[in-house]
Amino acid sequence: MTETPALLRMENVWKTYHSQPVLRGIDLDVAPHEVVCLIGASGSGKSTLLRCVNLLETVDDGAIYLDGAELTEVGADADRARRRIGMVFQSYNLFPHMSVLDNITLAPIRVHRTPRATAVAQAKELLERFDLADKAQEYPDRLSGGQQQRVAIVRALATRPSLMLLDEVTSALDPELVTEVLSIIRELKESGMTMVLATHEMGFARDIADTVCFLDDGVLLETGPAEQIFTEPREPRTREFLQRVLEARRI
Amino acid sequence: MTTSGAKSGANPPAWVKSARQLERERRLRRTGRRSASVATASTVLFLAVVIGVVVSSPGWPRVRETFFSAGRFSDAFPDVLRGFWLNAEIFLIAEPLILCLGLLVALARSLTGPVFFPIRALAVGYTDVFRGIPTILLVYLVGFGVPALNLRGAPSDPAVLGGAALVLSYGAYVAEVFRAGIDSVHPSQRAAARSLGLSHAQSLRFVVLPQAVRRVVPPLLNDFASLQKDTALVAVLGPLEALRQAQIHSADTFNYTPYLAAAVLFIALTVPLARFTDHLAARAERRRAPGGGT
Ligand SMILES: Nc1ncnc2c1ncn2[C@@H]1O[C@H](COP(=O)(O)OP(=O)(O)OP(=O)(O)O)[C@@H](O)[C@H]1O
Ligand SMILES: [Mg+2]
Repeated sequence: MTETPALLRMENVWKTYHSQPVLRGIDLDVAPHEVVCLIGASGSGKSTLLRCVNLLETVDDGAIYLDGAELTEVGADADRARRRIGMVFQSYNLFPHMSVLDNITLAPIRVHRTPRATAVAQAKELLERFDLADKAQEYPDRLSGGQQQRVAIVRALATRPSLMLLDEVTSALDPELVTEVLSIIRELKESGMTMVLATHEMGFARDIADTVCFLDDGVLLETGPAEQIFTEPREPRTREFLQRVLEARRI
Repeated sequence: MTTSGAKSGANPPAWVKSARQLERERRLRRTGRRSASVATASTVLFLAVVIGVVVSSPGWPRVRETFFSAGRFSDAFPDVLRGFWLNAEIFLIAEPLILCLGLLVALARSLTGPVFFPIRALAVGYTDVFRGIPTILLVYLVGFGVPALNLRGAPSDPAVLGGAALVLSYGAYVAEVFRAGIDSVHPSQRAAARSLGLSHAQSLRFVVLPQAVRRVVPPLLNDFASLQKDTALVAVLGPLEALRQAQIHSADTFNYTPYLAAAVLFIALTVPLARFTDHLAARAERRRAPGGGT
């Protein structure tokens, strides 16, 4: 991980809301093809970190690099950077006034100038893969939560990004669908996709992640291989957090 | 599974702005200054060109005499200003009435259930008819028609009658604005409210309407600005408001400068209203999108 140049690099990133710090000096390197899981309590800043990477928030300090180019540079073109990043939101954020197909083909057609026929064919193929082929003409409000979740993933994938940011993609799914989405994400990983995921599913994190990052109140407290974090965490706070999660699971 | 506040986190580092951030802020300030100077320069240039074209046109000396005569302006201004108070009064009284009427009609249209059919039909009929009639025609109809009925207790003051006509006309517009706002609130909001046990009326009152009203404030203020101008239509009934005063003055002298005086007064009222609209819109936007990048 230290040899290959990082695809995504965050250096000392700070983010405050109304003088309330939410991210406090985050340093993070993500190598190409690496899968990084962010774990941590609710409100610890996982979503905020992902939003910063996608430049939906202006950072208050520090810098973020994608492939060596600084995204946070003054006057840098945020749209150019975002074209290479796919984001799946915690609350899906599908466009309610568009059909599923239009949601998915919007960016390929309007941003990437893919011919409509190609974009539609690719979208249909993806929908097929996600078991949504019959929902192409449906509107998001008519889909179940899990279906909306999968459409959101497809929408992000449709632009063939080099980095995917996924915010709690399994939070709305039943256990069977969780395994399904998990297998989709594993498939993505095998195809070489670089991903940063925020998740509350420790089993999922352990299964999929190369590296696990424990966020505690805006501080990246511990980073390490998944096995190490889950079996022998160095920080007492990480241990405490995992303990609590484990207890909650048992109940 | 919650951390509360800032107490957690091992030895929380205090934030001291890094050299990189200070440099970034300096560059941001510089870009800001540059944009400001470009804006100023282009504005000055634009104004210079427009003024140059107007002043150098062959008819300018005559136009200046008939429309921009300083002497006539100061002669007419006190009377026009006195008339303008009547406009302001009509506006200030009509506006709350319009808001109430518009909201009531919009709510009446949103009533469901067969019992309410007559009310719904009435509301639909009202908006259809009063939005269809040109405002000036309505001012004539109410202003001359109501006194002709010889009803006991009916107002005969032309300013009141003109104001009533404006209320009827604008009430229909505002009702449609409110209805659009109510319809724009996502059905999931109503579903969430009903699921909490709130009645139809309660969900409307506490969940749907607050969101709807916030959304329609800019178009409503737009209608206010329009109403504020249309108070001049009351002039056709004869009360001494700004436009009427200007007419009287310019009829004496065949000089149109008094109209300019009236225009200046109307603008003086609309511009603050427009800036206020912008301010509200900007505030709503800030609340919705806390991030800087979108
Ligand atoms: N727009 C905002 N304005 C003010 N505070 C915010 C804003 N967005 C997030 N926060 C605060 O930032 C903190 C981190 O939020 P964030 O959404 O990143 O948490 P999270 O780790 O994703 O939590 P969860 O696991 O529940 O999704 C929270 O305390 C939240 O209240
Ligand atoms: Mg989150």
